Amino acid sequence: MAVSVPQMGYPRWLGQLGQALSSLFFSSRSSRRMLALGLFFGIWQLLCAVNFDVFINFQFVPSPVEVFKATLTFFTENPWVHFRSSIGRVFWGYVVASGLGVLLGIMIGWFAVVEDLLLPPLELLRPIPAVAWIPLAILMFPNAESGMIFITFVGAFFPVLISTINGVESTLSDTVLIRVGQCLGAKPWHIFKDIVVPGSLPSIASGLVIGMGNAWFCLVTAEILAGRYGIGYITWESYVTSNYPPIVMGMLLIGLMGAASSWAVSRAMEALMPWRVIKKQGSV
Amino acid sequence: MTTQLEQRQTTKGAVQVEGLSVTFRNRGQETHVLNQIQLGIKPGEFVCLLGPSGCGKSTLLNVIAGFIKPTAGYVMVDQAPITRPGADRGFVFQQYSLLPWKTAFQNIELGLKIRGMAKGDRTELVHDYLNRVGLYKHRNSYPHQMSGGMQQRASIVRALVNSPSVLLMDEPFAALDAQTRHMMQELLLDIWEDLKTTVIFVTHDIEEAIFLGDRICIMGVQPGHIKAELPIGLRRPRHFDDTLSAEFVALHRQVFECIREETMKSMEGCL
Repeated sequence: MAVSVPQMGYPRWLGQLGQALSSLFFSSRSSRRMLALGLFFGIWQLLCAVNFDVFINFQFVPSPVEVFKATLTFFTENPWVHFRSSIGRVFWGYVVASGLGVLLGIMIGWFAVVEDLLLPPLELLRPIPAVAWIPLAILMFPNAESGMIFITFVGAFFPVLISTINGVESTLSDTVLIRVGQCLGAKPWHIFKDIVVPGSLPSIASGLVIGMGNAWFCLVTAEILAGRYGIGYITWESYVTSNYPPIVMGMLLIGLMGAASSWAVSRAMEALMPWRVIKKQGSV
Repeated sequence: MTTQLEQRQTTKGAVQVEGLSVTFRNRGQETHVLNQIQLGIKPGEFVCLLGPSGCGKSTLLNVIAGFIKPTAGYVMVDQAPITRPGADRGFVFQQYSLLPWKTAFQNIELGLKIRGMAKGDRTELVHDYLNRVGLYKHRNSYPHQMSGGMQQRASIVRALVNSPSVLLMDEPFAALDAQTRHMMQELLLDIWEDLKTTVIFVTHDIEEAIFLGDRICIMGVQPGHIKAELPIGLRRPRHFDDTLSAEFVALHRQVFECIREETMKSMEGCL
């Protein structure tokens, strides 16, 4: 016997439209991600358009359209010098931080004596926010440029250090892995090279990705020291001169470059670890 | 096959366990895990340590491997006292223990590399062993791309490639499904018939112990001790059909009765 489907109150084309939209946006994960960004800017524009003011006030928040206009203006007036300055400061701070963080992290994780000698002062310095370093950065460094690199370094260094220490320690705590090495005749050097370093790589990788983001995180702080150029400098200067759309533009540009560079770092680390598989719920 | 694979190593691999006791101390509380273990194993012998959980059979194996230091007594392999782990005692773990960041080939090669064997020699040797256990075409696979049975085959070969005096196996097939387990048991016997390495095999599976061993040491609990030793006279080479023979079933019953008592003891207070 055929079962008749009861007719609901809405026309058929609406259902078809819904199907088309859902197949457009939910068929692949990348289109779903585009949709997420679209919704983010759409809701923001809407909140500005209706002058939303319930506890949080959107009346003075530049809308996406205003920010877009400010961005166009910015790009017509030689933006590259700002990009170049900021990218350089973040890059060098990050390079030094990741090199030193991984090196010291491995040493602290592996040698008890290094841990005893280095970790207490480092733990003391770790909670200090980058902004609190500004006066000392001015006093300690020969010029503003190296001071700024120091500030981005401070941001990136500690996540790399702590993740590396954790990675080494958790590999060392894996009794089976260490025993595997021992009953193959491995000396401490082999256990270090063939087991501990690769075993802590996933943890080091996450430290490097977080550190990359943190270096950008500290850019505005660093460029408070800057004389003329830099994305963080523009953001801060626009605030001082009450020119709001460029503030948000600067924020978004920092966010964009931070996300892009973190992505690049995490891709590079994945390439170093072809042996890892990550299967998520709902991924294909 | 190379000469090493065909070589019968009946001269090395004598194991002597003398008055071995292990006591664990945890927050002032002492647990006697093993008490006065006495055990002699001939070169090339296949001995199964069988017992209920908590009888200390894995601890005994770990002491022989050198992972755990005994409280009293000692272990000697070929007249040399054991003080630390070493490549002369290969170990196959219960858990899948291949290094996740190395391929099957690299995992098996590691011991030879540590020993300093030349690259050409070790490639040839590893390839021979990979062929022997049917893993040659998976030589470049990472552990996560291999099934449990394949991983354990690679683990066994990783230990054997170093030509150890003794192969120590800690419930290596416990995590596998029944079908794979039977195939692995036959494969292990097959390799052992070729190499004649001394094997000490820990299991709680009676059938597995009878099927594999020349001799079964049945261990008792509280504290762990060797309760009975039983030579297994079943003809070799053994095949899975043998597990259905009257002789096998009789042995099974005999061991079962013996071990049942200990299992009851270890469950006291739970019932």
